[in-house]
Amino acid sequence: MYVAVKGGETAIAHSLDLLADKRRGDRGVAELTLEQIGQQLGLAVDRVMTEGSCYDRSLAALAIKQARGDLIEAIFLLRAYRTTLPRFGDSLPLDTGAMVAERRISSTFKDVPGGQVLGPTYDYTHRLLDFSLAADGERPAAPTAPADTNRTLPRVGDILEREGMLEPPPQGLQSDGASEDLTRQPLTLPASRPVRLQNLARGDEGFLLALGYSTQRGYGNNHPFVGEIRYGHVPVAFVPEELGFAIEIAEIDVTECEMVNQFAGSHDVPPQFTRGYGLAFGHSERKAMSMALVDRALRAEELSESATSPAQDEEFVLAHSDNVEASGFVQHLKLPHYVDFQSELVVVRALRAEVEARHRQAALDQAAE
Amino acid sequence: MTENNAKDGAYNYAYLDEQTKRMIRRAILKAVAVPGYQVPFGGREMPLPYGWGTGGIQVTAAIIGRDDTLKVIDQGADDTTNAVSIRRFFANVAEVATTTRTEEATVIQTRHRVPETPLGEGQILVFQVPIPEPLRMLEPRETETRTLHALSEYGVMQVSLYESIARHGRISKGYNYPVMVNGRYIMSPSPIPKFDNPKLDRSPALQLYGAGREKRIYAVPPYTPVKSLDFDDHPFEIETWQQCCELCGSKDSFLDEMIVDDDGKRLFVCSDTDYCERRRTPAEAAE
Amino acid sequence: MTDLSTLGPGLADPSHDAQQLFRAILDATSHPGRIVSLPAAPAGPGTLSAAATAYLLTLADRDTPVWLAEPFDQPEVGNFLRFHAGALIVTQRAQAAFGVLAATTPSPFNDFDLGTDAYPDRSATLIVDVPGLTGGTMRRWRGPGIDDHTDIAVAGLADMFWHDWAANHGLFPCGVDIVFTAGIELCALPRSIAVEG
Repeated sequence: MYVAVKGGETAIAHSLDLLADKRRGDRGVAELTLEQIGQQLGLAVDRVMTEGSCYDRSLAALAIKQARGDLIEAIFLLRAYRTTLPRFGDSLPLDTGAMVAERRISSTFKDVPGGQVLGPTYDYTHRLLDFSLAADGERPAAPTAPADTNRTLPRVGDILEREGMLEPPPQGLQSDGASEDLTRQPLTLPASRPVRLQNLARGDEGFLLALGYSTQRGYGNNHPFVGEIRYGHVPVAFVPEELGFAIEIAEIDVTECEMVNQFAGSHDVPPQFTRGYGLAFGHSERKAMSMALVDRALRAEELSESATSPAQDEEFVLAHSDNVEASGFVQHLKLPHYVDFQSELVVVRALRAEVEARHRQAALDQAAE
Repeated sequence: MTENNAKDGAYNYAYLDEQTKRMIRRAILKAVAVPGYQVPFGGREMPLPYGWGTGGIQVTAAIIGRDDTLKVIDQGADDTTNAVSIRRFFANVAEVATTTRTEEATVIQTRHRVPETPLGEGQILVFQVPIPEPLRMLEPRETETRTLHALSEYGVMQVSLYESIARHGRISKGYNYPVMVNGRYIMSPSPIPKFDNPKLDRSPALQLYGAGREKRIYAVPPYTPVKSLDFDDHPFEIETWQQCCELCGSKDSFLDEMIVDDDGKRLFVCSDTDYCERRRTPAEAAE
Repeated sequence: MTDLSTLGPGLADPSHDAQQLFRAILDATSHPGRIVSLPAAPAGPGTLSAAATAYLLTLADRDTPVWLAEPFDQPEVGNFLRFHAGALIVTQRAQAAFGVLAATTPSPFNDFDLGTDAYPDRSATLIVDVPGLTGGTMRRWRGPGIDDHTDIAVAGLADMFWHDWAANHGLFPCGVDIVFTAGIELCALPRSIAVEG
């Protein structure tokens, strides 16, 4: 006896309960606090803030907790919250030259003004599981020099630029001084560089990593050098209309990467190095570097290079970088599609019937001969 | 979590902020003024995933008010999980009355079907659209397809349909069957079965189409000609079934096929649950 | 500076009033020629009708520059729209998303953004404040949203206006869209509509 599929409402309610239960896990184990996530899973928080385009450590930690550590789900949660927030205006551009850096390296010079600062990095760890972490091994605090907040760190790129070896940074704002915002306006192609950078900054780290990697393997290579990577704290300044002057409203952590890339020059332009730029919230070097590689690759047309590789294809990259969009659309295949499938069944059955009829007729014709 | 937030005023009426609603409303009016043309709009991130109806939800959120009665269907059914989820969202954030009865609804949000009960003046049918561009599977680049629409250069679609005839002897497209709107724009009717295409033609209801991930809105105003593409020697035709609905006996509704035992026994029932139920209620069936 | 003391009120209940007004406007736009009434429309500033005011309060904001024709190009109208809608008032027709015109404004469509073949949605919308939506010369409208035809007699428009409209309609899918407003009533004429007679 057939019973019509009913009770979607109840099924959903039960599913939500089961999910909440799964999230909590064994009640005998202490519940995670947002502080623990913020402090001890800090890089996960950084990624969620970056791709969620919302700088708020506790909200990102909450999203990670709610998503049971599924970072793309957490990014989605944070984005959906962000979109409901009122907008007060645009901050002034960050001055990363005024960064109080915890880490700063350049691979293009042995030493640079301000020095190479290794800071906290996994780069030189030996990837051996540290079983002492499995127990409650408390660590003594690391010795640190007091931060030199008076010193500015000149950018390596600016030094090269003064010599004419590196192109000046491209203009960021529109001619009328307004900034474009992909979360308020639809993407139109070709996109301006600021829009591309916004798209890449929100883009999936894995997608950008793979694309950046592909440029290194010859799919749009432009011979990158790490001009500089810096990570640290920068102030955010805002000019309230009623005050008319800038006030500091926050201090945030960012990772900035400037790639220096070869450019062969052309008939009119002497050879010169070109820039690829990456910026991420918190400490996210893999993301910032991948972004810088892809940014430079996307400038192929502007620099009159042949653009034949995936990473150089603006429409391909920008349309597929967003993991919230991609995850939703891939997973929507879980939704019922039985009506469309039914109309395909009808079509395919009819086509098969025609072919079978032809075969039968052919067999009859043959037998008759 | 969001359940109580909406009523506590943590979110604006119908979830979207007023500026976003204005932006979407302007896009809807442009879409109505240029039937079948896909208007780009600043689609927002919604609390439901992309691909699960965010475009339709944004359109509904921009038009819906406290006087409305909302019906939500997925695959023609009011009680599929996604339909339930979206209906619950609006009952919660827009304090709106909901119904399963097609003729009682002022706004119907749908995925993959047009109701069997004919729609009337004043009703608005909101389609959830995954891929708004009818030429997308023939030309993946937005920059190219935009030019093709601008120039009314639709040869690529004609060729594709013709190739299907050459290979199969007929147009082998079951759903998302392309239409020409008011003689100007080729439009994707969203993945409805072609069975529903004739219902779009000169419908007295307003049709709004929302694609959230692709950030496009398009529309077909009432009484607008909507022609399914075909050829003189291969006219457009809809799906037919040998069977009738097992539950209500309908011979002219779209049927879902179900496998009911391990031997693959099939059973056919109406996809439109409201239509089917009403036919089974004696008082209403007698009308 | 805006003198707030002389400023009339905007929408009493911004979210719900705007929703109701929009639905009336959508009804009008999807049924060209249908005259809809806007009971929630607040009294307009200066000589601007309540319906034109309601249309702008519902749809205009800081993203949509407004151009005002001569009878409406007064401080009280501009201040009202700046304050209640956050709209930017511009002096060039080409910059405007919305143009506010009188029935007698000369060369009504000239210089407004007509959109492009690739982006016809970028054209301007003109709000034409007329003496009445009935009582003028009867004309036959045909096109999307109309069941075959409808006969409309918008008052106060010269024959030249309809001559210009024919040219605008000929640009489809480009071209401006129009809403006629009078008192608390409104009637829409999208670019898709052909007008005979």
